[in-house]
Amino acid sequence: MRKNKVVNDILLILGILSLALAIFLVFKLNLKNGNLVKVTVDNQVKHCYNINKDTEVVINNGKNTNMLVIKNGTVYISEANCPDKICVAHRAISKIGETIVCLPHKLVVEITEE
Amino acid sequence: MLKPKKLTLIGLLAALAIILSYVEMLLPPIYAAIPGIKLGLANVVSIIVLYTFTVKETALVTLVRVLTVALIFGNLMTLAYSIAGAVLSVCVMALLKKTNLFSTVGVSIAGGVCHNLGQILMAILITSTAEIGYYMIFLCISGILSGTLIGIVGALVIKYTKKFKGWKL
Repeated sequence: MRKNKVVNDILLILGILSLALAIFLVFKLNLKNGNLVKVTVDNQVKHCYNINKDTEVVINNGKNTNMLVIKNGTVYISEANCPDKICVAHRAISKIGETIVCLPHKLVVEITEE
Repeated sequence: MLKPKKLTLIGLLAALAIILSYVEMLLPPIYAAIPGIKLGLANVVSIIVLYTFTVKETALVTLVRVLTVALIFGNLMTLAYSIAGAVLSVCVMALLKKTNLFSTVGVSIAGGVCHNLGQILMAILITSTAEIGYYMIFLCISGILSGTLIGIVGALVIKYTKKFKGWKL
């Protein structure tokens, strides 16, 4: 009987932890869509784009290039000449606060709100 | 009317709970950025009363404690938060104890987390901003930790006080 209670206690703890996780997920999924795409190169804001206007732009910084695509309210990088291509692999972003980072090019694409 | 013995015991236990609340106020906050992360020392008394006496006495002791602490150290606002937390906490602890499925640790964890939950729900109600619910993630974790500690302490006290004659209603 005592052992049973310990098991139940642990189940209770797991239940509460999953509740915490559920709250976390609800807040994560409820993030608001942003309307501004901010492009920062080397800590300086270089460009701002409206997320609702579909465009394709090449962001140049010396020899470094990243192809930024804005499509259907989401943003992603389709091509880049950086060595690791992590920015290209990153999924499309659309919520406030989400970012795509290209470390080798010191490029940050961030979604914000006007 | 309450019997004199019952009245005295409830008064003593409530006084103990009030003192524990005060002692906890003297301690520095564990993590100041998130209000509500605390030990909940006074909950030891609630646990002990719940396991030694009945739900009625637990509700009485907790109510007296919450009212007194809010009137001495707080204001009407803190009273609203504490009442919400205390009511939910006592109800859930009484229910879990009745199922006889959990040890004092489990009951105390549920009580601690529900106390936080009640306060957060009240805060959402008063400020009408659902974003406050985000705190609950951290409060769940802190509630589990402090609830475990309080539950262990409570179980020890219950074990020793059971040997006292006259420790009954």
